[in-house]
Amino acid sequence: MLRFLGKHTLATAYELGDFALFTGRSFSAAVGSRKLGRRVVRAVYEQGVRCVPVILIVGLFTGLVLGLQGYYVLNKFGSAGLLGTLVSLTLVRELAPVLAALMIVGQAGSALAAELGIQRNSEQIDALETMGASVHAYLISPRLIAALLVFPIQTAFFTLIGLLGGFLSGSVVLALQPGVYWSAVYRAVQPQDVRECLIKAVVFGLLTVAICAYNGFNAHRRKSSTGARAVSASTTRAVVFSSIIVLAADYAITSLLV
Amino acid sequence: MSTAPSSDLFLDVRAVHKRFGENVVLAGVDLAVPHGSVVTVLGKSGTGKSVFLKCLAGIVTPDSGEIRFAGRSLDADDAVCRAEFRRRCSYLFQNNALLDSITALENVALPLEQTTQIPNREIRERCLEALRQLDLEKHRDRYPSQLSGGMQKRLALARAIVTRPELVLFDEPTAGLDPLRRNAVFEMIVKYQRQFGFTAVLVTHDLPEALAASDQVALLDRGSMRFQGTPAAFNASNDPTVRAFRDSTDALKESIAALRRGENVNTENDL
Repeated sequence: MLRFLGKHTLATAYELGDFALFTGRSFSAAVGSRKLGRRVVRAVYEQGVRCVPVILIVGLFTGLVLGLQGYYVLNKFGSAGLLGTLVSLTLVRELAPVLAALMIVGQAGSALAAELGIQRNSEQIDALETMGASVHAYLISPRLIAALLVFPIQTAFFTLIGLLGGFLSGSVVLALQPGVYWSAVYRAVQPQDVRECLIKAVVFGLLTVAICAYNGFNAHRRKSSTGARAVSASTTRAVVFSSIIVLAADYAITSLLV
Repeated sequence: MSTAPSSDLFLDVRAVHKRFGENVVLAGVDLAVPHGSVVTVLGKSGTGKSVFLKCLAGIVTPDSGEIRFAGRSLDADDAVCRAEFRRRCSYLFQNNALLDSITALENVALPLEQTTQIPNREIRERCLEALRQLDLEKHRDRYPSQLSGGMQKRLALARAIVTRPELVLFDEPTAGLDPLRRNAVFEMIVKYQRQFGFTAVLVTHDLPEALAASDQVALLDRGSMRFQGTPAAFNASNDPTVRAFRDSTDALKESIAALRRGENVNTENDL
């Protein structure tokens, strides 16, 4: 039992250290890398533009449900006018950064892990190494830089769509005055809430993209599977770990900032 | 084993060992590669030829042994020395290893863009010239998956030579190609080796083509180099392993004839 615990603790410590080095190396390698801007634009397209539909759909339905549930609960206490406060603070403080991050992980993070895994399997990464190119600068840095830009923007977009969904439920479907809803939103959200929301978005973006890249990049290291199965296992691992980390980091950041 | 004098050696491999778990792949491999020559490493499938080439390229780290390049020992932990080696060496992968998400032109430009400070305009000119030389200019905006196997091989060669390397390592450059394309690839290697003057190390099991194209051949068998010398010396060798490999075509004809006569032929030892 002790041996089992010790072995796994050491393996986890090694992997955490390796992950930290991988992420640090990816950022430092970006300095002076040629045509980095072009690769960042492509990564922004993959993480940003291609994820817009899913953010739009999930954000809208999240707002619709919040509006519906919130209206009926608040109406029981004669406080339906606070619906804008409920929807906006729930979205800005918690749901928008968490759900946007999970959606981007599902769409772009899984694709990133699979792409890197296939590149590893087909020796494309070895080819970059043998030609003396910095693999981190070419493959990983643009994705991390793009995440720092995309996640806050997607989170803001999710929030706006969610607020619109809350408005549709509360004021279009149900009986709340539009002015009451929007003025409650305006009064409820403070700069500190927005700052907290953006900090979460940046942290989630950095962690999830780094985790997905790390798992795809090291697909060949898996002992339990090889080839296509290793790519699939690495992709699954990347998505599961990223999702857990998003929720754990959300709790940690909320505890620190509240 | 006949080898060139060590003072003229561009690449000098001594007693390289590599094992994966219990499986000993390389058990003390030596190879001497003179400057400006084409040296082909022959051997049956699964004898560790690709692993050996990957040890030379630094993709796989040998367990022990020494690899000297241009008179300097290549230490896996010496990043500066390794970087210098990579700058002067190119590697042509068996499956080409072209980056499939960028175009042919971008693939050829990649090593120059990522490892040099050459201006973009000059990089483009050099890449177009390399593509022109390999008859790929009109396919420059296509992705690797849109090219035939032969074109992909030529594209990989264009990427390998665009940096004007001094040493090119070819891992099974004719794998999966028909005889005509196989000949074309060997002709291409010899032509560009003469044109650019690089030293080439090939790994293959295509015996006739290798003997025709190489200055020296070496035979890797069961983890060690059983022979190194000129093609003429290879043809004259009485070493049993060399003879078995050299006479494999005749042996095949005899085996097939025996099987057709209904006789029992044991080929399992060769697999």
